[in-house]
Amino acid sequence: MDDALLMHRLHFAFTVTFHYLFPQLTMGLAPLIVILKTLYLRTGNAVYNRSARFWGQVFGINFVIGVVTGIPMEFQFGTNWSQFARVTGGVIGQPLVMEGVFSFFLESAFIGLFLYGENRLSRIGHWWAAFAVFAGSWLSGFFIIVTDAWMQYPVAFVQSPDGSFQVTSFWGLLLNPWALIQYAHNMCGAVITGVFVMAAVGAYYLLEGKFLDEAHAFLRVSVTVGVLACIVQIFPTGDVHGRFMAKHQPVTTAAMEGLFKTEAGAPIVLLGQPDAENQRIDNPVVANKVLSFLIYGTTTAQVRGLNEFPKSDWPTNIPLLYYGYHIMAGLGTILVAVMAIAAFLLWRGTLYTTHFMLWVVLLCAPLPYVANTAGWMTAEVGRQPWLVYGLMRTTDGYSKYVHAGNGLFTLLGFMGLYTLLAMVFLFLVGRVIAKGPGKE
Amino acid sequence: MLLLTWYLLVAIMITAYVVLDGFDLGIGVLHLFLARSEEDRRILIRTISPVWDGNEVWLLAGGGTLYFAFPLLYASGFSGFYLPLMMVLWLLILRAIGIELRAHVDSPVWRGLLGGAFGIGSLLLAVFYGAALGNVIRGVPLQPDGYFFLPLWTDWRVGPHPGILDWYTLIAGVVALVALTLHGANYAVLKTTGELNRRSHRAAVVLWPVLVLVTMASLGATLDIRPELLDNYRKLPILFAIPVLVVVSLLAMRSRNERTAFLSSSAYLIFMLVGAAAAVYPNLLTSTTDQALNITVDNAHSGDHSLTVGLIWWAFGMALAVCYHVFVYRMFRGKVSLVSTEHSH
Repeated sequence: MDDALLMHRLHFAFTVTFHYLFPQLTMGLAPLIVILKTLYLRTGNAVYNRSARFWGQVFGINFVIGVVTGIPMEFQFGTNWSQFARVTGGVIGQPLVMEGVFSFFLESAFIGLFLYGENRLSRIGHWWAAFAVFAGSWLSGFFIIVTDAWMQYPVAFVQSPDGSFQVTSFWGLLLNPWALIQYAHNMCGAVITGVFVMAAVGAYYLLEGKFLDEAHAFLRVSVTVGVLACIVQIFPTGDVHGRFMAKHQPVTTAAMEGLFKTEAGAPIVLLGQPDAENQRIDNPVVANKVLSFLIYGTTTAQVRGLNEFPKSDWPTNIPLLYYGYHIMAGLGTILVAVMAIAAFLLWRGTLYTTHFMLWVVLLCAPLPYVANTAGWMTAEVGRQPWLVYGLMRTTDGYSKYVHAGNGLFTLLGFMGLYTLLAMVFLFLVGRVIAKGPGKE
Repeated sequence: MLLLTWYLLVAIMITAYVVLDGFDLGIGVLHLFLARSEEDRRILIRTISPVWDGNEVWLLAGGGTLYFAFPLLYASGFSGFYLPLMMVLWLLILRAIGIELRAHVDSPVWRGLLGGAFGIGSLLLAVFYGAALGNVIRGVPLQPDGYFFLPLWTDWRVGPHPGILDWYTLIAGVVALVALTLHGANYAVLKTTGELNRRSHRAAVVLWPVLVLVTMASLGATLDIRPELLDNYRKLPILFAIPVLVVVSLLAMRSRNERTAFLSSSAYLIFMLVGAAAAVYPNLLTSTTDQALNITVDNAHSGDHSLTVGLIWWAFGMALAVCYHVFVYRMFRGKVSLVSTEHSH
């Protein structure tokens, strides 16, 4: 691979991977905070309001890091991917501006009121501030998914003679079926991050024997929401997303699943290492006929393997794609099981005293981050070798005049700066958690 | 007509950004020099903390609008100014975490670190923005494929192969630094009381003659390196009202009325930018080598359908954005004091 191309790909991959660690918690916590505020309004129980205020502090720190690491994403379309920006502005410029205009203005106006304005507002007013922040963050996610979905599954456009793409239907672009499915799956994933973080802090306080009332509230709310989110994450959103992908990006599906040759009654590979050179899976653990069933609903259907497609259209990094997908699906399954058991114990009334389960919930906190990251890697590595699926190759999109040396210079700069951000973030959130929700 | 409209919309958004985030940057610079105590620093930061984030959104929305309406300019400009833009990103990050996270710590060392990030980030951003505008006015060595790449500096001269920094863009950077700091001082006067209010006022008084001087120097330098920028003015003499308005706002800035002074420095920034926008149109980015390679509104724009439909949702979204701004500024109107009704962290 061309040095400059590799550098620009690493540049985007690094900055976007780091960035998305934060919005997933923002989008996951926002509805939970609205639920806590709602419970406070309905019951008048101050524990819910203290809980909401505590999570508001975590949210505030997380939100800042999400905002500052998000700005480089929009810039990089122009700085590192200028050939891509030049031809796609007429299409994906639209959702990107709409994100700024419809969601960032909303979020930025109400985050301050939510975090610092509780005493200037009535109880209902403060609920609305929390709701506006929630709406802003979920709208923002929608516009970004619309952007990505158009690159995955281009709709509602024409290509001009000069190669540039233009929108033909405003609603066609916004209601791209791929975007709707991906949005549902992605937001569910964000909620799962939110509930696991909230549940882990609750479990931590119970194990420490501190802030018991709030810890109970954290666990009650997060496990109740979490079990629903985990189910919806697999069925229908994950299932529909997978089948839509198999239909429209069959070569990606084959690579994700490690299916090198077309098979009727194809098995699903649960474990094993893909050997792309010799086109086989090493040390495979498989479940027979399951892949055919998952995609087509029958155990005998034929699933197309990589051998059906020209090598030039194969994803450029099959092992990474395969692992991304398997890590997402594997961790996803574990998280569903953990939430299901926690929900069962909560229903039986023994969750707060079952120390083993509290430990499990605590230690699971990082896993949704890994699963969400791996899921996005599946989507984006799976789109390769295309920037715009079937229309523009990644090799044709980067900034020709920004050579590899300049790319590496700024990549190293971002790595250093983001390490610093991560340290400051962990330090500050650690302090908030150590201090706890506290009394008035 | 459609293209002129989008040119104006982009110009309006960038101007809104400079006026609104301008005083945030100015406060950042000033808090390094004006604050004598932790209390002063906290008051100065509190004057902007509820609003700076919303102000910065104008940059994102303006940049996005540029991408949407004139993709060739976005692609060429952003990749050509690669290095300084990346540095702008780093500075934006430092400034933001400085403002926001400072409130979460009590240790003097952490406060010093985060306050320093806020102040130095703001100062350098102001210089970078000025230099950026200077680069656009001076022009860049555009290649036949519409792209270019500028090193940070070459021989510091304004020639066919300049760097990001040369004597002209440095002047532009200084103008921006002085103008935004003065704008910030006027904002601080408006939002503070007592000793801090007096010190802010004194800063504005000291900076005023400097601003007059560097403004004149920059206008002279601009006409020296790009005399053809007067062409639009000669064709449409009413445009000469703009520099007159710049002078009027400079004079009005001396007013003892706090509100008038702040509105005048806002007006100064608006008319300086409007003057530049009127001078370069229809060029968006000029070539230093061959005028035929210029990027103009005519060769850089998106499809008509996108742009026409865009006017509808853009207007709708902007109306909402203005409502949010009015709401937030009303909510946090008046002087800032440390007698806080907020819950402690």
